Amino acid sequence: MAGVRVGRDGVLVVPASRLEERSAAITVSTGIAALDQLSGGIPRGALTEICGPASSGRTSVLLSLMARMTQANEVCALVDASDSFDPHSAEAAGVELKRVLWVRCSSATRSTGATGNLKFENFKISTSQSSVSPCLRVDAYGRRKEQMSRVEQALKAADLLLQGGGFGLVVVDLAGIAPDTARRVPLTSWFRFRRAVENTATALVVLEQEPYAKTCASVVIQLSAISSPLSVKRPTRQPSHAALLGGLEIHAEVVRDRQQRKPVRSAEARWESRAQFAI
Amino acid sequence: MFAAIYIPDFLVEAILRLQPELRARAVVVMEGTAPLLRVIAVNERAADAGLEPGMTRLQAEEHVAACMGVLVMRSPEQEASARAALLDAACGFSPRVEDTAPGLVVIDLEGLERIFGPAAKMARDIARRCSEIGLEAQVAVTSNPDAAIHAARGFSGVTVIPEGREAERLAMLPVDVLTVPVASDTQKSKIENQNSAELLDTFERWGVRNLRALAALPEVAVTERLGQAGLQWQRMARGQTRRSLHLVEPPARFEESCELEYPVESLEPLSFLFHRMLEQLCARLAARALATNELTVTLGLDPVEDESLVNQKSEIKNQKCFCRSLRLPVPMLDPKVFLKLLQLDLQAHPPGAPVVKVSIEAQPAEPRRTQNGLFQPSAPEAERLEVTLAKIQSMVDGQRSTDEEQRVGSAEMLDTHRPDAFRINRFATVGPAALSRAEAKMSRVPHPDRGWKGGNVPVIALRLMRPPISAKVVVRAGKPVRVECEPVQGEIAWAAGPWKASGGWWSEKPWAREEWDVCVGAACYRIYRDAKGWFVEGIYD
Repeated sequence: MAGVRVGRDGVLVVPASRLEERSAAITVSTGIAALDQLSGGIPRGALTEICGPASSGRTSVLLSLMARMTQANEVCALVDASDSFDPHSAEAAGVELKRVLWVRCSSATRSTGATGNLKFENFKISTSQSSVSPCLRVDAYGRRKEQMSRVEQALKAADLLLQGGGFGLVVVDLAGIAPDTARRVPLTSWFRFRRAVENTATALVVLEQEPYAKTCASVVIQLSAISSPLSVKRPTRQPSHAALLGGLEIHAEVVRDRQQRKPVRSAEARWESRAQFAI
Repeated sequence: MFAAIYIPDFLVEAILRLQPELRARAVVVMEGTAPLLRVIAVNERAADAGLEPGMTRLQAEEHVAACMGVLVMRSPEQEASARAALLDAACGFSPRVEDTAPGLVVIDLEGLERIFGPAAKMARDIARRCSEIGLEAQVAVTSNPDAAIHAARGFSGVTVIPEGREAERLAMLPVDVLTVPVASDTQKSKIENQNSAELLDTFERWGVRNLRALAALPEVAVTERLGQAGLQWQRMARGQTRRSLHLVEPPARFEESCELEYPVESLEPLSFLFHRMLEQLCARLAARALATNELTVTLGLDPVEDESLVNQKSEIKNQKCFCRSLRLPVPMLDPKVFLKLLQLDLQAHPPGAPVVKVSIEAQPAEPRRTQNGLFQPSAPEAERLEVTLAKIQSMVDGQRSTDEEQRVGSAEMLDTHRPDAFRINRFATVGPAALSRAEAKMSRVPHPDRGWKGGNVPVIALRLMRPPISAKVVVRAGKPVRVECEPVQGEIAWAAGPWKASGGWWSEKPWAREEWDVCVGAACYRIYRDAKGWFVEGIYD
């Protein structure tokens, strides 16, 4: 190889110009043209964060992405920390549910003896607060503890899925987890995920309210709803039973993108998502 | 050409299959009920130490203590498993197999040279296959089955006798090698055994010690004094007998059993036993080119005596056995995967009492054959996926009482208008070939009831709250104007509804509700009212 020489003690010295160039990431279309044009798609072998407050369109983007991938015969995994996935919405978006592994995290834990004792008296189950009437779920500490348990399950499940490999898309849905709980996830966990998915064909997507993975994420997309929900165009003074939720107008901004040179100003895109019954 | 497989000390080998660590020690197999226990079999090390069949327990214990051996009880289940394993190993070479006696099998190798190679190679392969299933065998290949049996019983290791040289090679073997113990308890077999004993006694008195001496006797004299039985023995000594095999069709039942010497309370020591049993099962299945898609584990339990240890479930107290069945999505043949799945399952569903007996049965199935396309996306490997799913399942499973509360799998919509009606199915990788053309086409056709549109317009999604959150809703002029509950609180800026839905009026669980889409702050929610009050069902996102 030209330019390469053998230095002292037989060490191979390669000039910087010969160092391996990182190849362009293979991306997957989200199914939303405006978002694909903005971000170039979701990269494989990398961690992507899709952030935004409630009703900002995160789940709609996710379902559109899953629909694209499942229709291309790829297998997806959804780690649902708050058990909020709606199969009905997914099917309406075109997701092939047979190709989606759904992991519904719970707050109930199961423990056996430390040595795997087979006797029944060591078989303990701690009841979850989710089995208690929701009206009574007002204790903030208890809620945070429950959410943390779900987050722990979600992270462990995601780790197992990434180590197992073979999935085209692994989604960790933390959108229903309060920010003060989700911020407790150590950066080492995100780094571990990033390393686990590197050099694989798996796209790792995290749905959340704020970006938590810091520099571990290759792409961070911030979503927000622009205005009040679209309604089918009717006279303004309409009775409520004549109104219909038409959809949401979504605004997206790429906050970070390691795949491309950082733009001078944040790139933005807008699109409309429609309710399935309002078309 | 015929091959005979002989397992010396078969009763001992049946025990050592699942406890290979005892091979280096003197092993004595006992039978009977206390205090009339007697030695029925010993291995070579025990025989060198002076132990022999017929000894009482006290006599055996003295010798065993001196040579640091071990006394074990006879296990009919393990003998049956060993016999079945030997047949499976033999059937891996030829379908024409004779189950001559416990630990003795004869295979017809006629015409198999083109498949397995020359006779010597076949014999070595047979011995190696027996070793893989935990049995140390002596193998002999000759031109007739009886000579093969005698050579296998008389010579250790692998023996190949060319045709016509049977008499020469068998000459120095003792006469008692001609007796083949018959396991059955029929009257005929008892008579045969008695005749054999009488012939041996006669030859002993005549000074006929080996087969050469027996072969040298005049035929007429042998016939006059000992009858046809004696003549038959002489022909066997000369290697001149010809007969057909009594072919057997080995049952397609793959089961390994083991009784424990003392009750086991923890999973770790059982894991070692599971590992060996699963290895043996997989070896037997592999010998017959099969895999398995279901494992059934039956644990014999020690009755629970301490009342304080019994939970409210009284049936645990009286339970004699505990049965778990592992159903696999595809046929597999990996003992490590099976062991991991079994461990995870028992950790999640412990038997509730100490274990005294273990039995594992594998349902045979055709091995899966998949051809991945060059341009098809990759999918998780079935074995790794199964272990991953089992680990995740054990982690997220709560108090699951019905199949509808499954927490890991793929969702399937139910054919009903009831909200949030779905079922979780076992997840398995679905290749494109698994969907018929009709199914693949239908999956892209809009369903009129479900409002699927597809195309380039993204569909807004609903994030559900499970269970729905009870809320206090202020209604004015029939329209909700304020919501108060833990995640949602505030004035309703915009509302659409009510949309009434109902169903199941003919069933025991009718439902009816009134749905609203409302905006509180910057978020849009779906709320509903039914007979129990107002609830927040989900949030549009």
